[in-house]
Amino acid sequence: MKVTLTDREEITVVEVSGDIDSKTAPEFERNAKLATEKSLKIAIDLTDVEFMSSAGLRVLLMVYRNIKSQNGKVILVGVSEEIQDVMSTTGFINFFKIVEKVDEAIVILKQD
Amino acid sequence: MATDIRIDYYPTHEQQGIKFRRGHALPFGATMVPNGINFSIYSSEAIDCTLVLFERGEDAPFAEIRFPEEFRTGNVYSMIVFDLDYERLEYGYRMDGPFKPELGSRFDKSIILSDPYAKAIGGRDSWLATPNWDNIYPYRSRLVFEDFDWENDHPLETPIEDLVIYEMHVRGFTKHPSAEVKNPGTFAAIRSKIAYLKDLGINCVELMPIYEFDEWENSKENPVTGGLIVNFWGYSTVNFFSPKAGYAATGKFGMQVDELKTLIKELHKNGIEVMLDVVFNHTAEGDHRGHTISFRGIDNKTYYMLTPEGYYFNFSGTGNTLNCNNPVVRNMVLDCLRYWAADYHIDGFRFDLAAILGRDQNGAPLSNPPLLESLAYDPILAKCKLVAEAWDAGGLYQVGSFPAYGRWAEWNGKYRDSIRKFLKGDEGLIGEIAQCIQGWPDLYQYRGPTASINFISCHDGFTLYDIFAYNEKHNEANGENNNDGGNDNHSWNCGVEGETDDELINKLRHKQIKNALSILMVSQGVPMILSGDEVGVTKYGNNNTYCHDNELNWLDWGLLDKNSDIYYFTQRITRFRRAHPVLRSRTHLQHRDYVGSGSPDISFHGTQAWSPDFSSSSRCLAFMLDGAHAKTGTIHDDSIYVAMNSHWDALYYELPKLANGMQWYLAVNTDMPSGQDIYGIGEEPVLGDQNSFLVGGRSTVILIGK
Repeated sequence: MKVTLTDREEITVVEVSGDIDSKTAPEFERNAKLATEKSLKIAIDLTDVEFMSSAGLRVLLMVYRNIKSQNGKVILVGVSEEIQDVMSTTGFINFFKIVEKVDEAIVILKQD
Repeated sequence: MATDIRIDYYPTHEQQGIKFRRGHALPFGATMVPNGINFSIYSSEAIDCTLVLFERGEDAPFAEIRFPEEFRTGNVYSMIVFDLDYERLEYGYRMDGPFKPELGSRFDKSIILSDPYAKAIGGRDSWLATPNWDNIYPYRSRLVFEDFDWENDHPLETPIEDLVIYEMHVRGFTKHPSAEVKNPGTFAAIRSKIAYLKDLGINCVELMPIYEFDEWENSKENPVTGGLIVNFWGYSTVNFFSPKAGYAATGKFGMQVDELKTLIKELHKNGIEVMLDVVFNHTAEGDHRGHTISFRGIDNKTYYMLTPEGYYFNFSGTGNTLNCNNPVVRNMVLDCLRYWAADYHIDGFRFDLAAILGRDQNGAPLSNPPLLESLAYDPILAKCKLVAEAWDAGGLYQVGSFPAYGRWAEWNGKYRDSIRKFLKGDEGLIGEIAQCIQGWPDLYQYRGPTASINFISCHDGFTLYDIFAYNEKHNEANGENNNDGGNDNHSWNCGVEGETDDELINKLRHKQIKNALSILMVSQGVPMILSGDEVGVTKYGNNNTYCHDNELNWLDWGLLDKNSDIYYFTQRITRFRRAHPVLRSRTHLQHRDYVGSGSPDISFHGTQAWSPDFSSSSRCLAFMLDGAHAKTGTIHDDSIYVAMNSHWDALYYELPKLANGMQWYLAVNTDMPSGQDIYGIGEEPVLGDQNSFLVGGRSTVILIGK
């Protein structure tokens, strides 16, 4: 798994590629934390993530809670259908807005 | 980072590159601690214990770590192992000790044992997926994330008398293709049917066992269809703390806990409570010929009731009996229920064959069973509903005498039998019916009507439709030559055994179902209906379908159209109950006017007002509930008059007069065709004749006075 942080004006894009499981989740979490320290508007690009385990979903929820407590916003990008299914059956999806492309996320985040 | 929290979180031992140290004796089970996992397990007799660690799904363990003697506190072995991947880990134990069955000891260190306190079990992750029969460790203990974002969810704490319980099977509810759901037979699929449950007017689902069990247990070929006979119902627990992975769409990802919690949270949002049917009377390990999965190999004498020769007492009818009043087992049961109440927000528990929970370690009934007392007074369970199935397979029948401690309610088997016999037209029942509709004060004099869970059908026995379609059970498909299942069905087929094209018979069956639902919903106590009865589901006379993963247990959603009259009727009769507090008293009715309304809280009538016929040849009873006495006079409701006629002829019932210019309105007349058999709240037409009502043969009429 690889995580890249990119600043697009006041927005931080967290781009992840590879699987997010209990082995890689701590690295994902560390980067996500960095992103939330830099910005309150975050897009997490999961286009290149094929598998996300329970541990990965928990990192997403922690980011959401952290950002929300500071009145910020987080959008997920490019979540595969399979991961969306798992997020849906386990209730995680209710917390997130999901879009297909990073540019869409940027437009929405800028509006707020 | 987190290791700084405690000064003692550093490894002291190393083996095969795995670092570990002495652990915490409590809590039992496997618990995440900073950088590691704390393992703790007890055995009163083991002389040696080894922790066995697997990478998820692998055939062979990657490590086996023997507990050094200094890691033992009393009878508890505990160890912290560092740097384990808790999401990929599966663990078990080997226990060494005497193998002397005649003395009750059955240690065998060649077997890897599942942790009784595991929070999830791997091995049966997808329903009926063929297991690897050569697996050296088939039911694998796993850890789960115990965090879950409940937001502001909280158990609903609905007063028990206000519940309408719906008994359902997780898989059976949505597995039929007609359910048209994304993940048939799962927790997630129930979530997609919440609108249906809400429309039905129920406010509590009672889930048949969802603790991990093995659907493959005792599987064999079906003698009738050639298909597979399995353990469908799940009354055979492998682990008490783990939800059944095969009931979760995400079980294959090990996320059944999140999926179930999400379902519970969503049900709560919709005002629906969740009650679990829990099976603490026995385990899946069977008798002395059974498999050793966990308890038997860890501490046989502690977990099971044994005969003096070391065989298993069989009060459950399934091979063994959990030793519930052993103090150690009692604590496990308590830990388990507390976990489900606190971590899963469960609203209540129904205890299968609960009379066993009141037997001592030799099987004798206790007058003051410590387990039942502990549960009744437990602070975490304080607001949970506790419901007993107050009998067991060893002949202990405690309906009315189950030790209650002011808390326990019970499945009222007498209610079921009396209503069935009355509806089929048996004589000599009017006295019992009068008890039924009052929440059976003769049985529950000091406990109140809320002690009585009223039901006419449940998973065990005929469906409501089959009570009126079969005289005899037809259990051939179960593969036991029709010898299994009860014979006292108190059923009547209305003229033809089984399915028929005879319109009159089919009409009568539908009417009898509506009679049953009507009486159930106007009885004091707590009504429970069986999933599928709202659409007239049939099991073709099979009264013990525990082993069928097919249409016998899958709810056919096409019946919503075919039997739309029953469905429509059920939706309205549940609402009728919930709209009228006078039907839901917390305390027994007193047969007197204590609010000065001019009418007693309840009065009995017959074909003549104020003159009930309790003689043995009578098949008629009517009663009136005075609205001014609703909830002991604290709420004003309409008055309700119910006329029940189990005679085959139509009979005129003289109506009691209402005071203060009030009039009778028609709410229910089961003799009428759909559309005129039940009226919505506020839509009841006023009666033209306020003095008498012609109640059809085998019919029920409900009037409201306002």
